[in-house]
Amino acid sequence: MNDINVPLVEIRELTKTYVRGKQRVEVLHGINLDIPAGDFVALMGPSGSGKTTLLNLIGGLDSPTSGLLKVQNQRIDDFGSNELAAWRANTVGFIFQSYNLMPVLTAQKNVELPLLLHDMSSSERTRRANVALELVGLGDRSRHKPNELSGGQQQRVAIARALVSDPSILICDEPTGDLDRKTADEVLTLLQELNRDFGKTIVMVTHDPKAAEYANRTVHLDKGTLVNEAAH
Amino acid sequence: MKYFGLIWSGLFRKKLRAFLTLLALWSAFALLGLLQAVNSLFNGGADFLGANRLITQARTSFTQPLPMRLITQIESVPGVKRVSHSQFFGGKYQDSSGFFPQFAVNPQRLFDTYPEWVISDDDKRKFITTKDGAIVGKLLAEKYGWKVGDIIPLNSFIWPKADGSRTWEWKVVGIFDGRNSEWKKRTSLMYLNYGQLDEAVSPRARGLAGVFVISMNDPKDAEKISAAVDAKFENSADETKTQSEQEFQLGFARQLGDIGLIVNLITSAVFLSILFLTGVSMSQSIRERIPELAVLKVLGFRDRTVMLLVLAEAFLLCFLGALTGMLSATLLTKFLPPEFPIATDSRVWITAGICVVLLSLLIGVPPALRALRIKIVDALAGR
Repeated sequence: MNDINVPLVEIRELTKTYVRGKQRVEVLHGINLDIPAGDFVALMGPSGSGKTTLLNLIGGLDSPTSGLLKVQNQRIDDFGSNELAAWRANTVGFIFQSYNLMPVLTAQKNVELPLLLHDMSSSERTRRANVALELVGLGDRSRHKPNELSGGQQQRVAIARALVSDPSILICDEPTGDLDRKTADEVLTLLQELNRDFGKTIVMVTHDPKAAEYANRTVHLDKGTLVNEAAH
Repeated sequence: MKYFGLIWSGLFRKKLRAFLTLLALWSAFALLGLLQAVNSLFNGGADFLGANRLITQARTSFTQPLPMRLITQIESVPGVKRVSHSQFFGGKYQDSSGFFPQFAVNPQRLFDTYPEWVISDDDKRKFITTKDGAIVGKLLAEKYGWKVGDIIPLNSFIWPKADGSRTWEWKVVGIFDGRNSEWKKRTSLMYLNYGQLDEAVSPRARGLAGVFVISMNDPKDAEKISAAVDAKFENSADETKTQSEQEFQLGFARQLGDIGLIVNLITSAVFLSILFLTGVSMSQSIRERIPELAVLKVLGFRDRTVMLLVLAEAFLLCFLGALTGMLSATLLTKFLPPEFPIATDSRVWITAGICVVLLSLLIGVPPALRALRIKIVDALAGR
């Protein structure tokens, strides 16, 4: 397990401004945040507070306007598009509210997708995908396509896909937003196990206070600023 | 190759649309295969013809006959080995659908200038000595079930008899074949003994030849002999035009119009329609998959990789359509009767290959560029 005191994510005076036509909208104003390796952080806040924007920046899906953003002691704030893509492939796993699986691919092929970017044989990709599916309890559903699976199962496939290339950090954007309470609890328990048993650092955006309780701590944002932090 | 499954599944994401688009491409390429096979025939299909023969026709048109007396003058030109003459008879058998080429010839001169025809010595002799005799190509004889001894009535739309009748009876005295596969395919014609035609035709039309066929001692002298023959009759009432047999055949075919231009125009029109159809289909398919392509980028696929995946999908679509279409065209040409000697040769396949590449680029580049420019955050937010 990673040393929880070493900051995996280091954010200093981070700002993000969007330009929409002639309007400039500053969404994040000078964010400072450390996320140690092995942490499980919930980002909460009202709509428009900037939590998804912050999550996207941490996951390398977007670049900040100013400030410092380090992940694994590597500045990613000045990475170009190709560098960010390669960095994401090696470092981050993503889990979305709407699962974002490829509808024409089986669960196994969906999980294999990130491995296409790594140099390995087809049989090795299949083996790793099956291991990931076993880990999330869907070993017997590998041949099923997303529309043949329930919402909870689809989200588990998405988690398997996020895990399969063994990333250091999992980025979860409302992972239980489309699920009923019971299924949501199962998915959150799985995330908690991944954090606890496998040392995965997890940053999760959620509106749901019950979901946030599964995290080690909750960071609240409002109008683009961190307002408070609470440990659980 | 590791991306093939991803490309394949993307192509068949909507099976009905993919099937209909492939059907359109299949029909376009099948048409391309057949039309270009015809074009190929007109552009190079007379390659089999002997290089040691020249054809002399009236300078104005091959439909204008020349007097038979020119034959000795042509034969006196240095380098000329033998000269035969041929008159298009234009006869119809039974009804208008029973049309096949017939030529009235001097039998001995025909055999001297066309050694490619294979016929028994006995049949050859009978043809030479029978004034109303005819020899029939093997394919034609098989088509109508003719045999030696049959009387074939032909109704000529060109040559009436002196008594005004247009029906001529010809006695089959022999069946001939080609000496190799190319010539065997072309035995759907009939040669008539010029003797009966010249005797029974109206007096004004006697002693006329359609064209003269010159057999040369050395094919290298073709240009010199052509010039010498035409010079001999220059400024006379019977000016001539002498050209290679191949040029003459192609020129004859082109009387129908510029086949190549017509074929290329039809092909272009078909491909323009296909371009719009598949272009719209491809663009729509990619537009619907913007979020999925954005997810690929989320997972670490580079912008350029996603762009190439879209281009590869466009290529695969065109390739599958082209392959099935061209195979269908190839199969079809194999089952055509021998009188349609068209084939999807390597030139046609190369043309199809070029079309695949061009079509793939034209329909693939716009959506590929769109895929290249996808911004992950905007695409995932549905913007």
